[in-house]
Amino acid sequence: MASSATAQPGFTNSGIRKLSHRLRGGDEIAWLITLLFAASVLIVTALLIAELWYGSTAARDKFGFGFLTSKLWNPVTDEFGAAPFLYGTVVTSVVALLISVPVGLGAAIFLSELATGKWSDAITFVVELLAAVPSVIFGMLAVFTLIPMMREWIGPALKSVLGFLPIFQGPVYGVGYLTASLVLSVMTFPYIISVSREALMSVPREQREAALALGATKWESTWQIVVPFARLGIMGSIFLAFARALGETMAVTMVIGNDPSIHTSLFASGHSIAAVIASSFAEASGPIYPSALILLALVLFFLTLIINGVARLLILFTSEKGART
Amino acid sequence: MTARNLYRKGLNNLMLTLTGVCALLTVSVLFAILGYLIYNGGKSLDLNFFTKLPLSPGERGGGMANAIVGSAEIVGLAAIFGIPVGFFTGVYLAEWGGRTFSFLVRYMCDLLNGVPSIVIGIFVWVMVVRPMKTYSAVAGGIALSLMLIPIVAKSTEQFLSDVPSALREGALALGATKWRAIATVVVPAARKGIMTGMILGIARIAGESAPLLFTSLNNQFWASGLKEPTASLPLMIYFRALSPYHDWHRQAWAAGLVLLSMVLIANIAARLILSRGGSPNRG
Amino acid sequence: MSSLAKANMNTHTKEASVSESSKPVEPPQGQAAAPQSLSQQTASPQTAVPKMRASGVNFRYGTFKALHDISLEFQTNKVTALIGPSGCGKSTFLRSLNRINETIRGTQIEGEITLDGEDVLKMDVTSLRRRVGMVFQRPNPFPKSIFENVAYGVRVNGLASRSELPDIVEKSLRRAALWDEVRDKLHQSAHALSGGQQQRLCIARGLAVDPEVLLLDEPCSALDPIATAKIEDLLVGIKDQCTIVIVTHNMQQAARVADNTGFFLLGKLIEHDRTDVIFKNPSKKETEDYITGRFG
Repeated sequence: MASSATAQPGFTNSGIRKLSHRLRGGDEIAWLITLLFAASVLIVTALLIAELWYGSTAARDKFGFGFLTSKLWNPVTDEFGAAPFLYGTVVTSVVALLISVPVGLGAAIFLSELATGKWSDAITFVVELLAAVPSVIFGMLAVFTLIPMMREWIGPALKSVLGFLPIFQGPVYGVGYLTASLVLSVMTFPYIISVSREALMSVPREQREAALALGATKWESTWQIVVPFARLGIMGSIFLAFARALGETMAVTMVIGNDPSIHTSLFASGHSIAAVIASSFAEASGPIYPSALILLALVLFFLTLIINGVARLLILFTSEKGART
Repeated sequence: MTARNLYRKGLNNLMLTLTGVCALLTVSVLFAILGYLIYNGGKSLDLNFFTKLPLSPGERGGGMANAIVGSAEIVGLAAIFGIPVGFFTGVYLAEWGGRTFSFLVRYMCDLLNGVPSIVIGIFVWVMVVRPMKTYSAVAGGIALSLMLIPIVAKSTEQFLSDVPSALREGALALGATKWRAIATVVVPAARKGIMTGMILGIARIAGESAPLLFTSLNNQFWASGLKEPTASLPLMIYFRALSPYHDWHRQAWAAGLVLLSMVLIANIAARLILSRGGSPNRG
Repeated sequence: MSSLAKANMNTHTKEASVSESSKPVEPPQGQAAAPQSLSQQTASPQTAVPKMRASGVNFRYGTFKALHDISLEFQTNKVTALIGPSGCGKSTFLRSLNRINETIRGTQIEGEITLDGEDVLKMDVTSLRRRVGMVFQRPNPFPKSIFENVAYGVRVNGLASRSELPDIVEKSLRRAALWDEVRDKLHQSAHALSGGQQQRLCIARGLAVDPEVLLLDEPCSALDPIATAKIEDLLVGIKDQCTIVIVTHNMQQAARVADNTGFFLLGKLIEHDRTDVIFKNPSKKETEDYITGRFG
């Protein structure tokens, strides 16, 4: 066949005919369209990482790894260090977990071992609704109710009983690390409870029965046999909750006090990475300031990436173990 | 019974009771939140809230009409961008998908899901706001859509995979092409689950505020068009709650009540749809 | 069985009368007299003080009645086998003896079960289970080391001090015929063992608390013939220290290891007697049908 003057190099007419025949079937188009959408997810995520990296170049060039350890945060002199924010982020998240893990695990044990099917499902549903509550609402409630409570009785009570510890010394203003931790602990309940409950429920019945048949009480069988059996899933839930707490922005910003320095006392005001970005980014100007904030965002991104990754691995291992037994 | 056994029994009863207390504690937190919001928000909620613009503190009769509409616009945009992308990605993962590519896409979806929302806000600021040289509802919509995509993709994939292959094979055996089988048989069979995934995703992003901080910003007035800073309910709550004015605090309560009600209703509705629906075999 | 033998045999039905079953069964008169194995001949009526006794036991899973009026005795230091087709209630009955059925919701039990004369249903359940141990159908070692598995029951019941544990663990593993195979890897994970070894580990675990009765629920059903033979041998070896009740699908196994056998069908105890009587001279037609393989 003579090719027309407008034929593209490389395309033959029979090739075009074959392609259009397949396209008419529709499957190839459908495959292509969905593939493109799926690829767009990859592209967007790659772009995200790239932009974070690129946008933080100025700050990275200026500070290097010292950024992570420097305690200085001065927008006026363009000196920036991440230490106070790393400190605040980690401290509030860890203290939050110290509260929510025991309570959450206890609730998960109750829901898995003691509550009957319908009650267990109903209560779990209510707990999971807690995860749907927007974080500003947690923040608002904390501002209006928790801060006064902290100032008026939680703080003074802790001080009178445990005031010899450095973490419970100093003036109580209501805002601060402890308040932020309390809010975070409530926000992490659903993750701990929901995932741990699944892990506990997947422990084979025969394990419990074997322990009971040896004369163990229900608590002994649960705590010494069932919980260890499910430990991978439980740890996964803890890491999941940890990642959530690390990245939480609004509720923390509203109650942490926004003080970019490190303090030992939990009653003191501090800052977190997400909170400083939220409160400063809109007004940040100059060559370094926004870049430093973007660098903070990059640090936070990697932090949550790692923790989430560990969480997913742990949860993956539990489900495989459950499938094997 | 020996002393040791008495101790063991006592410990058993104590610890098991404590676990019940923990469960009670978590449940009561949700009810406490609801209680506070209903009480304080209910006091401040009136028709003006839905119809009037915000006024200066001290002036009564203001509302958050612009925030309600603004949120609707932003979430609507997010849905327009995010639902198709998420849906088709989910379809691809469930119905086609090579091994490594699918693994990568799933991994990136999970990654995107885990990115703190403030980081997404920064990303969209760099990609959209800075080039456009303005804060806008569009930017806010894009930011929220980035959070919506992984949610919709994951639930779409999950519910499509749950459809038994017998259904697919039945359609194919009748001569349908693959995409026809998917569009006319598989997707309808999974529609309940897919829809609830979308509803839950929208409910989730409707409450987000961090990504909007530097994308749609906020606005005390009506935005004329989608390319201007736009008010949104979550951000209004944020700014009002942090202000020193009592009037504005009351507005924050009211807004909180409205926002939480919408989110909870969406969640409960989604759960009801899922539980009422029969399995694809029966349905 | 010839009709002559049948006509000559009394209906030795042991269903409800408790007093009757306190004597060992006399061999039936007539031509088809059952040959007595040596062990049965030496057992005299006077030693038959039952370790455990069930009277009129009824059991329900919700609305489904799984056991109808079961009355049965378990002689001390003897092996009793419970046989019958799938779903006949033998496992349910076994699990009632140590009240492990109580972990399932919606179950109800009536009747009397006694251990050395004490009502089991009124006892403290953890004490009961220390005295009446159980080995399950599939091996279920805890995710701990071999040593910790065997020691668990002893630890949790506070039966010995820490220094005594290694001796107890060794003794139990020896009784379960597992010591030689694991003596060098006591602190390795129990999951590294083979299926047969894991089941023997579970037996050792159960023996470590020195139970008076050991209940075994089809312990060999997941094992190969060699592992099965090892377990059967060890059961015969330990019966002088405890009373054994074993549920089994395998009639040859019952014939090999059990002194007495009970035949269950559809939740009822059809017949129970010395094993050789059941297998060679059963009094009920259902028993004979099952034994000869007409169903089951």
